[in-house]
Amino acid sequence: MSEMDKDFTIQSYLEFLQSKKLMGSKCKNCGILYVPVRKLCTKCNTSNMEWVEMSGKGELAAFTSITVGTPYFIEKGYDRKRPYCFSIIKLKEGAMVSAQLVGVEESKPETINIGMPVKVKFLETEIKGETKIDLGFEPT
Amino acid sequence: MGKLAKGVALVGAGMSKFGNHFPVKRNPDLWIDAWLNAVESVDNGIEPKDIDACYVGNYSSDLFNHQGHLGPQMANLVGLTPKPAPRFEGACASSGIALRQAIIAIVSGIHDVIAVSGVECMTELPTAGVTDVLATASDSLFEYPAGATFPGLYATLASAHFHKYGTTAEDLMRVGIKNHENGAENPYAQMQQSIKDMMISKRKRYEEQGREIPDWSDEFDFLKSSANPIIAYPLRLFDCSLITDGAACLFLTSEEKAKDFTDTPIWITGTGQGSAALSLHDRDSLTSFIATKESARQAYQMSGLKPKDIEICEVHDCFTIAEIVALEDLGFYEKGKAVEAIKNGETKRDGALPINTSGGLKSKGHPVGASGAGMAVEIFKQMRGIAERNRQVKFDVEKAMTHNLGGSGGTCVVTIYQK
Repeated sequence: MSEMDKDFTIQSYLEFLQSKKLMGSKCKNCGILYVPVRKLCTKCNTSNMEWVEMSGKGELAAFTSITVGTPYFIEKGYDRKRPYCFSIIKLKEGAMVSAQLVGVEESKPETINIGMPVKVKFLETEIKGETKIDLGFEPT
Repeated sequence: MGKLAKGVALVGAGMSKFGNHFPVKRNPDLWIDAWLNAVESVDNGIEPKDIDACYVGNYSSDLFNHQGHLGPQMANLVGLTPKPAPRFEGACASSGIALRQAIIAIVSGIHDVIAVSGVECMTELPTAGVTDVLATASDSLFEYPAGATFPGLYATLASAHFHKYGTTAEDLMRVGIKNHENGAENPYAQMQQSIKDMMISKRKRYEEQGREIPDWSDEFDFLKSSANPIIAYPLRLFDCSLITDGAACLFLTSEEKAKDFTDTPIWITGTGQGSAALSLHDRDSLTSFIATKESARQAYQMSGLKPKDIEICEVHDCFTIAEIVALEDLGFYEKGKAVEAIKNGETKRDGALPINTSGGLKSKGHPVGASGAGMAVEIFKQMRGIAERNRQVKFDVEKAMTHNLGGSGGTCVVTIYQK
């Protein structure tokens, strides 16, 4: 089975992510793009999708720099002295995604500008001997 | 959508003191406190035999207290078993939903008198645990792996609002200052102190400890200092609501039954509920809540009222930015214009549109599943002219509203009250 024949499920999307591909599903009927993936198009109520790979380019739509983080990010080594950025990225293709924003001065959030161009960066974290890939973006 | 097919009255309302109560008080204890307080507010008295059902709003006793199935537990404690006791969940809008479902049940004719319960005991967990439980009200699949916390999501919305409308950190601070001034007048509030008084007492403590006395010139100076650390930029500690244990109780009746309990019922004339994608990235707007707009549209249409008719409102200020966005989404001010009105004092107790006279979630506290019912308690008091201390507004309130938002805006319930 070609990977483009994968079912349009969360698990398939996450498997693509693990192989460093940001994929969306495009409705063959009306052309609407969903990232993360969806099997059902709520625009035209059909489930006739195809996988499309994103260019990985976009712009920063909104963000925050978090000093009191989630257990997962604390495990990654972030804390009050080392904050991280959660962001919403508007992809060039139109859809928005949630991602960590890296390559910025998290401790000086006033220097980070909404609207700035960004590109995808797949972030690797070692957990219990396994490498996990999370979605990230960085300034171009 | 027409008017409610039948009149629905609020004939009693009460609450426990909101605060940090665990282990002295747990959900059952808080609920009984709220029940007793509400029973006392019913002019002609009310007993379990008068009541047909107990509708319980609770967000996550499962994760906070390792206790599911809260409906029958709460009903039994006040003598309402074996009557129906469903539980409703919609994150921070849980008891707003319970209230709305009670209204619908009464209008349908299935029940005539319903006790609405809102209850939550959060401090059984340490703060990090509470943060993690709250995060389950946002999108666990895609927002959480990207690092989203609850303050983080509202901070992200704030960044978009700042960018689009020029809103500033000082605009946020004005909301917190105002709500704490109100909460200082509420004996049921968790933090009964204005930010100015907090600043003064902190300075005094430094002095007593022989530490260097900070030269804060005013509240804004204090709120911009390290005494008010950043949680998720641009939100600081005092932009966030509190972690709270508390309960609230409302008695709703059909129009025919209302006169058995009081000569002065508060009529519920509008209810609306809306929804939105759980993830912020799946929404069209990052500066507005579509669920708020939809629930308000329904409630206004049902009651025949317009935003300008509403005289006071309790809005869902889980974060200071949320109050600003709510004032815009409810139609009180144009997008981007609420901050100017706040700056002019319009939303203070003596302003043209008093907002969160209770102190709001910011100062009164935010026991998430109880917050929606708690808002109705304040409206009940304000409309009857019995709000404690110095927070009763100086006019006869005839039309009021509550706005109860769930999670990062995935659910909203709006209710309109009239005399």
